[in-house]
Amino acid sequence: MVKINEYHQDSGITVRSARDSDLAKLIELDGEISGINKPEYWKESLRRFGGMQEGRYFLVAEKDDAVAGFIVGEIRAWEFGSAPGGWVFSLTVDPNTRLGGVATLMFNTICRCFRDEGVDRVHTMIDRDNITVMAFFRSQGMMAGSSIPLQMDLSDLSEDGSGPVVGGDGS
Amino acid sequence: MKLQRSSRLALYSVLELASRPDEQLSASEIAAKFDVSLNHLAKVLRDLGRARLVEAVRGAGGGYRFCGNPKRTTLKDVVEIFEPITLHDAGGFEPGDRSEFGTSLAVVLGEIDDIALATLDSITLETMLKLTSRFRKQATQLA
Repeated sequence: MVKINEYHQDSGITVRSARDSDLAKLIELDGEISGINKPEYWKESLRRFGGMQEGRYFLVAEKDDAVAGFIVGEIRAWEFGSAPGGWVFSLTVDPNTRLGGVATLMFNTICRCFRDEGVDRVHTMIDRDNITVMAFFRSQGMMAGSSIPLQMDLSDLSEDGSGPVVGGDGS
Repeated sequence: MKLQRSSRLALYSVLELASRPDEQLSASEIAAKFDVSLNHLAKVLRDLGRARLVEAVRGAGGGYRFCGNPKRTTLKDVVEIFEPITLHDAGGFEPGDRSEFGTSLAVVLGEIDDIALATLDSITLETMLKLTSRFRKQATQLA
């Protein structure tokens, strides 16, 4: 695991590993964009992924000495027989610095880190209503993968938890 | 998923024009490139003009040019000029649609529509041009 600290002269953006001192800004930025304040989540996330452990990356983009965005990901040996791959599961950019290449620099950096650790594919999962972020990943060359996310409301589970409540002949 | 011919022709046209932003192309040049009838293409270009995605430049050396924003214009923006994207309930109810099985089938078909819609809505013309360039590069490497 390598400590990341890269200055990009043309844009004036630095992409670096996150530090504990970034926590307040990360919470603020995420709260501003998601509308949900999650201090404990980000504290734990920074502890788990910002600790320079192999395969885990919590990167921050900095411009004019201020945090302009962050990206979080790790290498996972995914279930159901998938080969290990890089997973990006958080990407946030300060709305005031959007369209300045911040997300692209962070994404390129984390992809390079994944590749340097020996994986040859990067994945992410986006709610299909989140068109802005999906369009960003598409613009970077990402396409639909072979996995299809499935979900189920747990309220559909029968009282004893033995299976979903299915009406008609399937019950 | 299969798009109607007008939608595909519209996408080919705007992509061709957006890939050559400093040029004006005549309808016959575009028709020849994609091997389509000039009459059909003229109608498609007229609809794209009404949607303010292309404009006709008159005079010597005139032709059509793309006048939208390729970073903002998505495949959905173009396709929905020519056809409804969610098709499973577009034609009203068919026999059996209101039955229990029909209702369940509508939920499954709705899943497919939602994914198709999100895909078309998240891919801009610029992304398509990048994708095309990538495929072209791969083909060159294989040749």
